[in-house]
Amino acid sequence: MLIAKPGLDGHDRGAKVVARALRDAGMEVIYAGLRQTPEEIVESALEEDVRLIGLSILSGAHMALFPRVLALLKQKRATRIRVFAGGIIPDEDAKRLKKMGIRAIFGPGASLDEIVATARKIAGPSRT
Amino acid sequence: MNRRAPAPLPDAARRVLRGDRQALARLISQVENRDRSVLPAVRALYARSGHATVVGLTGPLGVGKSSILNLLLGHLRALRKRVGIVAVDPSSPFSGGSILGDRIRLERPAGDDGVFIRSMAARGHAGGVALATRETVRLLDAFGMEVILVETVGSGQSDVEIHEVASTSVVVVVPHLGDDVQSMKAGLFEIADVFCVNKADLPGADSAAKYLTEMTQLGVAKGRWRPQVIQTSTTPPRGISELWEAIAAHEAYLDSSGSRRGQDRQRLTGEILGLVRERVDASLAAALERDPDLQAVLDRVVARKIDPHTAADRLLAAVRRPK
Repeated sequence: MLIAKPGLDGHDRGAKVVARALRDAGMEVIYAGLRQTPEEIVESALEEDVRLIGLSILSGAHMALFPRVLALLKQKRATRIRVFAGGIIPDEDAKRLKKMGIRAIFGPGASLDEIVATARKIAGPSRT
Repeated sequence: MNRRAPAPLPDAARRVLRGDRQALARLISQVENRDRSVLPAVRALYARSGHATVVGLTGPLGVGKSSILNLLLGHLRALRKRVGIVAVDPSSPFSGGSILGDRIRLERPAGDDGVFIRSMAARGHAGGVALATRETVRLLDAFGMEVILVETVGSGQSDVEIHEVASTSVVVVVPHLGDDVQSMKAGLFEIADVFCVNKADLPGADSAAKYLTEMTQLGVAKGRWRPQVIQTSTTPPRGISELWEAIAAHEAYLDSSGSRRGQDRQRLTGEILGLVRERVDASLAAALERDPDLQAVLDRVVARKIDPHTAADRLLAAVRRPK
């Protein structure tokens, strides 16, 4: 899977902690890092052939950036790649984003176990 | 052996040759997962490989391999070379999981079709590369990448397997890695075709480069390649075009000296033997598992009645018997 931070905020502690927890759960996590555009994120996800993208965002730009990631995946015929997110996302926005196709959204206080279990579930069984 | 007319190209192979990036990505995953269903595609693409310059970047943890990789990528794109990158990171020996972080340092314009970057977990394979690295390089080669850069796991002194994959091996070091005796030791320092003394803005870079240069002058027969020593730094970038020129000079040497052919032959021999070993291993293990006679032999080894060498002879004799 791929973990990335779209947009401009520079706080990646949360993304790193989650990446580390997923590693400890036996996953191969590509850490794409800070300030990624949706285009870069999707390009990386396609090259790496990931099953899952985790987006971390604290800047408030999620309503602009997340739909763009979903649209690009659709455009590239890669909707098999599933997307979940974490960060500071108001409940109303979370509802709308889930309707658009973000599979799960975690706010502050979500436990690592919960995130790992959900990521596993969303990723589904191994394809090969 | 099938000696009939060649089979039509498998669909996955055709898509890769057409430049389908997602098909390439998928095929690499399947090779990593040792999915045997893609063997026909992999086999079909073999004939299309063998054109790329394959450069290995290796060296200890934290010397700046990823940063050098990024600058080389920029330099090669400026030269309009199509570049493939395979960046290997370690897998956890405990969970099997892995954090692949080499992409963070790689910059490229979005939508640049002339680059394909792939991260790869070593998945327990020692030696600094993954089992699938060689095959992935070959796929990128068949895909049409002209230069393929392979970054190894931050290596220890004996992680030298990149030497079996790359046509030019670059060993990246930094000043003050140790005294000059370190550089005389066997292993990592022996495989270098080019030394890159990175962080050359730090004090001690000149003397490190001097030691390496002196060492490379020892014991190299006349007319043979003498590893070049290049000083680089990444902030601000320095020495990158010199580094590429040294790599290109080594590539030219491989051609002019005729050693490329020998190198290729030797590696492919090793690869074939490895494949045979893998299969023989599997069939021996299966034979040992299900054959009651062999189980009885095993019991006698456990009881210290016969020794493992004798048991090995019997196992071999058993699988050689025509069915």
